[in-house]
Amino acid sequence: MSILTYIAGWPLLAALALVVVPRNYRVIIRAIAVLATLISAVLAVKMFAQFVPGANGFQFEQQIPWVESLGISYHVGVDGLNVGLILMGAIVAFAAALCSWEIQTREKEFYILLLVMTGGILGAFASLDLFFFYFLHELALVPTFIMIGVWGRGEKKNYATFQITLYLSIGALIALIGLIALYLQSGANTFDIPKIIEHAKTNPLAVNAQNFIFPLLLFGFGILVSLWPFHSWAPLGYGVAPSPTAMLHAGVLKKFGLYGLIRIALPLLPQAAQSWAHVIAWLCVGNILYVGWVAMRQKDLNLLIGNSSVAHMGFIFLGIASLNLIGVTGAVLIMVAHGFLAALTFALSGYIYKQTGTLQISELGGLCRKLPFIGTALLMAAMAGCGLPGFANFVGEATVFFGAWKMFPSITVIALWGALVIGGIYMTRAIRNVLHGPLPEKWNSLSDANLWRKLPYALLLVSLLAFGFWPKLLTEKINPDAQKIVAMATGNAIAASEPSAPAVNFAAQNK
Amino acid sequence: MLEISVIGLGLVLMLADLFVPAERRRFIGYAAIAALGVLLVTSLSGNGSCGQFGTAFGGMFINDALSLFFKQLFIVAAILVLFMAAEFSDKLAEGSVAEYYSLILFALAGMLFAASSNDFTMLFVSIELITITFYVLVSFQRSKLQSLEAGVKYLILGALSSSFMVFGIALIWGTTGELNFTKLANFLAQNPDVATSQIFLLGVLLVLVGLGFKIAAFPFQIWAPDVYQGAPTPTTAFLAIGSKAAGFVLLLRVLFTAVPSVTAHWANLLIVISAITILYGNLCAIPQRNLKRLLGYSSIAHAGYLLLGVAALSASGQSALLYYLAGYVFTVMAALFVITLVMRQLPTEDIGGLAGLNQRSPLLAATLTIAMVSLAGIPPLAGFFGKFLLLKAVIQTAQVTGNNGYYALAFIALAGVIISLYYYFGVIRAIYWSKDPADLSPIELSSPAKFSLCVCLAGIFWLGLFPNTVLNMTNLAAAVFTK
Repeated sequence: MSILTYIAGWPLLAALALVVVPRNYRVIIRAIAVLATLISAVLAVKMFAQFVPGANGFQFEQQIPWVESLGISYHVGVDGLNVGLILMGAIVAFAAALCSWEIQTREKEFYILLLVMTGGILGAFASLDLFFFYFLHELALVPTFIMIGVWGRGEKKNYATFQITLYLSIGALIALIGLIALYLQSGANTFDIPKIIEHAKTNPLAVNAQNFIFPLLLFGFGILVSLWPFHSWAPLGYGVAPSPTAMLHAGVLKKFGLYGLIRIALPLLPQAAQSWAHVIAWLCVGNILYVGWVAMRQKDLNLLIGNSSVAHMGFIFLGIASLNLIGVTGAVLIMVAHGFLAALTFALSGYIYKQTGTLQISELGGLCRKLPFIGTALLMAAMAGCGLPGFANFVGEATVFFGAWKMFPSITVIALWGALVIGGIYMTRAIRNVLHGPLPEKWNSLSDANLWRKLPYALLLVSLLAFGFWPKLLTEKINPDAQKIVAMATGNAIAASEPSAPAVNFAAQNK
Repeated sequence: MLEISVIGLGLVLMLADLFVPAERRRFIGYAAIAALGVLLVTSLSGNGSCGQFGTAFGGMFINDALSLFFKQLFIVAAILVLFMAAEFSDKLAEGSVAEYYSLILFALAGMLFAASSNDFTMLFVSIELITITFYVLVSFQRSKLQSLEAGVKYLILGALSSSFMVFGIALIWGTTGELNFTKLANFLAQNPDVATSQIFLLGVLLVLVGLGFKIAAFPFQIWAPDVYQGAPTPTTAFLAIGSKAAGFVLLLRVLFTAVPSVTAHWANLLIVISAITILYGNLCAIPQRNLKRLLGYSSIAHAGYLLLGVAALSASGQSALLYYLAGYVFTVMAALFVITLVMRQLPTEDIGGLAGLNQRSPLLAATLTIAMVSLAGIPPLAGFFGKFLLLKAVIQTAQVTGNNGYYALAFIALAGVIISLYYYFGVIRAIYWSKDPADLSPIELSSPAKFSLCVCLAGIFWLGLFPNTVLNMTNLAAAVFTK
């Protein structure tokens, strides 16, 4: 059995085990959940360490035929594109399980859903079969709705649940139609992604079929990733979600759509991708500028973080739209970095909410005095969010800008401005209003996180810094496989033989 | 023969009623279940009569992979319905339980005939056998006004649709002189001018009206919610599964064996009917508070999904339809079984009656939740895989024929799925998260009830996780039409 099966399997197995544990054994329930996610995080680290960069084909592969008449099989494997995502997903899941102490009611159901969600996401990222890719994502998506609907907070809970369910179900189903159409159109009669890609190399899809399927995938996946103008579910949904759910969804599950675009849409639908690249680039300006402006106006810390997370998706789309090695590598880098960052910020805001009962920025202030650790961590997260060098986000964003410059100079300038100026304004303003200034008297009783509670925040921060200082860990893995994708997407072999991206090396040595 | 044994079994049950003391009546049901189980095993092993493929009675009666599939489906459904009836027997009129069992068996015999019918006479006879027994089954709770009302409604509308169907058959016979499906297809192939004559087409259309009534497709769906709500719950289950499946097997035979040349021209009609049925069922289900009524509307929506497989006009569509039906059997059975057990003591089947079910009986709560999730089409359950196959078939036809209506149909089906999430999750919410449940007493479950619930659950998961076996069966069954 492949290590990937264990990484995704342990949380699912633990979810099954929890079904039979009586609900009053709270400590045991929590211990099982934490232990299962810890095991998969440790296994993911092990897998990441053993991964051989640039090896041909997929590693840690496993394939079990499932429905032979349709060509569906359980097929998992990693290459440079998903190895970092799986590592990030497993670490974030462990941190989310640790942060779940804030859930005090119906813990058993919550942990079961959390574990199902974890197993589903990790499985979806590992799977190399179109059917399982979709199936496992859907398995992870449904618990999200239930968790927000039941354990969500605030008055807008029902509205937000309704909106997020509607948006994401529609997105997932549009993508499903696209995937089925792709399967049928490819003519390979298999759901196996590597085989379809292999088949498409000799029998490329007809251009009008591509032009039909690509928008389905782009907008289906785009809704899942909160591509402007389909983003309005995200800030509100994350605003009311319990923080472990927000961490897992914003950090990990949301990357599924982007991963799908890179893994499936770019290599299989190259002509359509080229003709749609401009559209994607202009839409991502909506993400970066418009949502950035919206974020500046927010009075609620969680809504601000939610909007900034939507804005960050714009950089990833820009990287994908640039359709060159540097851009795609950067996009994957940001996907990993943003996963850690989003999880960290939602975890921190969850802690503040638990302590104060509010996230209205005007009511907070001076919290750094009472919560030195949480405050510092939030400050660092905010700095990572505006792209300060030293954090993994900077590497990714810089790489994307280098990549996009060739294709869309004007959009890159706008995006740069959006990243540096708008991001800087709302992040530093939030920091000033929440952490500094006079401390309202009512917050005198707040207490900082104890050692055990600090663990998830520390873990996520360390990951952010680690990839910020040694981006080579990721880039050397992403590079060879991104090259294959780009070679197929641009349809010329020149891209494949291009000297290994100078800008990536620059970014790597920059620290 | 299978059908004769089933009718014989029904007669024996009626006789047994005379000799078995009243307090042991429940065992009559279990004896019938055991006998059906034997029939199922023989049919599965291929030794029984329905394993031998061929035709009988001058081509009226046909045994092939399709009929075998449906016969197994019907017997499984009947076994589960008998289990349900045994649990429901307290609510039926005194001393009439055995009668109820034997009526179920007669309806089953009608469905088995329907699965094998290859002739319009046979089609009509089997439909009438099913429908007339259902008139009685629906109004079986004689003391309950709603049950009688449902019976009258079903009688009037059923009789009306039967008369349409007879009229249609007469027109077909009048224009072609053939009643046998296979011969009719040959005749139409040789005389294409007849196939386009208005009177002949009217005849086919009227037969479809009659079948549309059986499967509760738009615009013949009006009866379904009222009858589902008023009928005794086991009857509802059998109506939702057996009667609908019988309608579909006949629909498939008529459309693809008897008049394939006409069907090919009616793609757009089928697309429109399927789309409206899906939207109507799902939209009307939203405001419902009565669980059985909600399932009535949801069954209309599911008839629409099943029609996707017909509208696709391809072998993969037919195979997907059969797969979806198999999943639907276990799912609806599970849902209605739970309703039977929970609502035994309550006067109505309101959603509010589910409050606190997860504390009263975790097994029932889990079963109903899984059934709802499967109906909504969420992985990893049977409903998801069935819907996936149907969608795949529809998109495939869209790509092959270039008819953009099919893409629109796929999107409407997805819109239906999204709408349905709302009311299915409403049921789940009532189970787990309703405020202040009035009654928290645990629900006692008999071991046969537990057993049949577990069978339903196993079926739902099996079809969702290990589709291979059944998919091979449905592919074989659908291959009947391409020969």
